[in-house]
Amino acid sequence: MPQYTLRQPLDPDSVFLPESPSQTAGPYVHIGLALNVAGLPERDHEIANVMAGTNAEGQRIHLRGLVLDGNDIPVDDVLVETWQADANGRYVTDFSFDNAFNSFGRAAPGMGVDQDGWWSFTTLKPGRLPHPDGPEMAPHINLMIFARGINIHLHTRMVFDDEGEANATCPFLSRVPAERRPTLIAKRVEDSENGEPVYEFVIRLQGRDETVFFDF
Amino acid sequence: MAANEHTAFVMRDRNWHPPAYAPGYKTSVARSPRQALMAIQTPSASEISGPDFQRLTLGPYDNDLLNNYREGTERDGLPVGERIQVYGRVIDQFGKPVPHTLVEMWQANAGGRYRHKKDRYAAPLDPNFGGVGRTVTDEGGWYRFRTVKPGPYPWPNDPNSWRPAHIHISVMGPSISTRLITQLYFEGDPLIPHCPIVNTIKDAEAVETLTSRLDMARSRSFDCLVYRFDIVTRGALQTFFENF
Repeated sequence: MPQYTLRQPLDPDSVFLPESPSQTAGPYVHIGLALNVAGLPERDHEIANVMAGTNAEGQRIHLRGLVLDGNDIPVDDVLVETWQADANGRYVTDFSFDNAFNSFGRAAPGMGVDQDGWWSFTTLKPGRLPHPDGPEMAPHINLMIFARGINIHLHTRMVFDDEGEANATCPFLSRVPAERRPTLIAKRVEDSENGEPVYEFVIRLQGRDETVFFDF
Repeated sequence: MAANEHTAFVMRDRNWHPPAYAPGYKTSVARSPRQALMAIQTPSASEISGPDFQRLTLGPYDNDLLNNYREGTERDGLPVGERIQVYGRVIDQFGKPVPHTLVEMWQANAGGRYRHKKDRYAAPLDPNFGGVGRTVTDEGGWYRFRTVKPGPYPWPNDPNSWRPAHIHISVMGPSISTRLITQLYFEGDPLIPHCPIVNTIKDAEAVETLTSRLDMARSRSFDCLVYRFDIVTRGALQTFFENF
């Protein structure tokens, strides 16, 4: 493995390794990360798309999403991962199947009742959390997109259309050019049978109204 | 291991990683953004934290693909193929071990056939092989899987494209900043330089870092060969208290 010494090492013995390079997750990512979508038997515990149990503290919501390619064709072999705060604006870093809520989840089309490229999460409306530069950020969900044809996963971030005031003052969103900001806003489309809000978020990988993707 | 609020990560070198648009790999043409990525210059907890899987409940054979698809079934044979162990260490760019991090993998069987309902390749499924594994690194960042060596398989890209033998590897690291999915290749495989997916990576040295090495010293006589594959995640930097 190649090693590169820092030009001005802080510690003369320190070495600096290159990060392992990314490769596409490929068309069969589900075998490894979404077993029932591949048609495999599930293990006792799978990391999946229900992040909030009925006993989780806060407003339970449903998120349904679609990823479209540059030809507006649904990416039906996508795997989406989420990372979001709980209702109090805190990340639950200690992942456990015993938790009422986990900040991390995974979804793919074909998981549960989803069809035609749609994927979904059952989660909580996240609370606001601080930003190093000033006021609190708007409630948001971080999303990571993996699929065949995507050589290195894409990071994006979703906010809610019913959080207008929080969105307007969000120090993160304000850095996104105004004309592209709408690509990050999920729309509240309906309420579920038990009165839980359903939000819809369409990610466009390329072309008109291309979603903003981040590097950090 | 979760990052704390005073951690930042070494910037990702996106010339070392493959670019989004790599037309030799045809699916990337319609699935790559045309706009530049937007750089987040002041990361918040949203970027520098991530899930910690120390309390993940794993099954006893989750990292043993020779056994994890036959347990509890009537088909109680072993999978066909080259018995191998794949092991290595997850470290960061400063060489520090990454303990208790989730490493997941999936692969085709010895004939190059995936146990996925969309794979229609003519090579048969192996009734005793599933092709999925997961484990959590130990205190020193070490992980280990037992499996069979996957076969190459054809795919629709160029008229005669074949993937080299490979295992898909997923690692979380301490934060969503370090999240990485990659592929492990095998030393000496002549298909590696022909592969359009491998060749999305421009730097030959970067491809070398994805090529696992035969480790004869750890191979077990009359049992299995061993391949070593180390994974490097982004280096964790302690930041100064800039806002005080």
